[in-house]
Amino acid sequence: MILQGITFYIFATIAVAGGVMVVAARNPVHSVLFLILTFFTTAALFVLIGAEFLAMVLVVVYVGAVAVLFLFVVMMLDINFVEMREGFLQYMPIGMLVGIILLVELLMVLGTASISPEVLATGTEPIPDLTQRQNTAAIGDVIYTKYIYAFQSAGMILLIAMVGAIVLTLRQRPGVRKQKVADQLARRREDSVELKKVQPGQGI
Amino acid sequence: MAEFWSIYLLPGIIILAQILAIVVPLLLCVAMLTYAERKIMAAMQLRMGPNVVGPFGLLQAFADGAKLFFKETVLPTSANKIIFLIAPMLLFLLSMVAWAVIPFDEGMVVSDINVGILYLFAISSLGVYGIVMAGWASNSKYPFLSALRSAAQMVSYEVSIGFVIITVLLCVGSLNVSDVVRAQAEGVWFVIPLFPMFIIFFISTLAETNRHPFDLPEAEAELVAGYQVEYSSMTFALFFLGEYANMILMSGMTAILFLGGWLPPFDIAPFNWIPGPIWFFLKIAFLLFVFVWVRATLPRYRYDQLMRLGWKVFLPFSLLWVALTAGVLVAFDMVPNT
Repeated sequence: MILQGITFYIFATIAVAGGVMVVAARNPVHSVLFLILTFFTTAALFVLIGAEFLAMVLVVVYVGAVAVLFLFVVMMLDINFVEMREGFLQYMPIGMLVGIILLVELLMVLGTASISPEVLATGTEPIPDLTQRQNTAAIGDVIYTKYIYAFQSAGMILLIAMVGAIVLTLRQRPGVRKQKVADQLARRREDSVELKKVQPGQGI
Repeated sequence: MAEFWSIYLLPGIIILAQILAIVVPLLLCVAMLTYAERKIMAAMQLRMGPNVVGPFGLLQAFADGAKLFFKETVLPTSANKIIFLIAPMLLFLLSMVAWAVIPFDEGMVVSDINVGILYLFAISSLGVYGIVMAGWASNSKYPFLSALRSAAQMVSYEVSIGFVIITVLLCVGSLNVSDVVRAQAEGVWFVIPLFPMFIIFFISTLAETNRHPFDLPEAEAELVAGYQVEYSSMTFALFFLGEYANMILMSGMTAILFLGGWLPPFDIAPFNWIPGPIWFFLKIAFLLFVFVWVRATLPRYRYDQLMRLGWKVFLPFSLLWVALTAGVLVAFDMVPNT
């Protein structure tokens, strides 16, 4: 359908332009906002190929959580942007070299990679119609049966990374008075308030 | 040309009409909600509330709107102008687009997509950008502090909202919003078996919409008006409209997930004469009344208490309930769609 083609090119152009602007923008906050734009248009591209589950997960995880924390950190940075740009020419050769190495590696992987025949077979099978099989269910089946160990170990690695980050940043400061909610709730009126009948002219 | 008409133009016009049929009543509801909030608060505090403009003050919201419309839009000189203007538009837009997947009755929905619940969750998690962008672009200290508070608060409570939604989805077996309601037509409303999750979800929606007692991003005693400090005229009005539309949306989500959406409470004679959209509207109205009631009753949370509630109380509890619900469903062989 021609409409689909047009929408694809619109979204693809925005995604690529957003990606370029992430690198080119002078202000880091603008960079993050362009990154969000790129994520979002990529999600739109996922919708166009009928992978709506992946699209929504991309938006929920990357745009809704990861990018918020990015923005959070970048907003609080106190950097002199002009100073940051000064060494551009000096660092460009190294940057170019890293970029070229990455490109060559990618080409080597993509050029020589042989996808396992099983997977290739599933790729050539026609995808079942969306009315019969939702891709949410299809992804769930694959993840939780065939790739369960890979999926679970990825989860474990993330969990360990999270625990590590928390342990590294946790510091016990002496002399901090923490709120003890249990104590506050256990407090009864009789323990703290006493009603006295005060006679006039006598005091307590 | 005839083909062009039937394939592109006609569906386009129909979709446009559907969008208008949702957005216009929604904006009217927002106007009435601001009026209702002031009236209910006034009644609870033994005051009169707005009673001058129109009969019973019913046109107060429109008078306020007209006033804001004719004010000058002030652009602070040190603000980041483009982001400053995009932020309120974004917040307003996001509160509108989420309504695309909300079913008002059986089949009465603009876009009946398979991942509707995820779509709602995704859109509601984007709402934080409007506030963060506004706070940063204002280039002023109170809005910035408010943006930081808001970002941390919304991310924290989204986690427990996610777990609550997962619990409901375990009982439904589909991500389609209409299927969630249909699943409740067969059994009971989810508010009965999942009552603790209903409470958690409601409190989390209060935090997610920055409402009392969690309105720390705009706590007037500490931050003047939070991220809205530098905004005036229509840019401020857009924030206001977006915030109230979000309240209605979150109430709608609660009604769909726990209170059976368009379903009548009992499927017997006097109840099922009333059409579905009216039941849905009544449920939303009830939840919104509780929103206002909470505002009139409770004092504001302190920020560390807010974080404690989100991470140390709601998160472990909802995680436990996810495991418990899944365990019960598997043990008693009640897993849907297997």
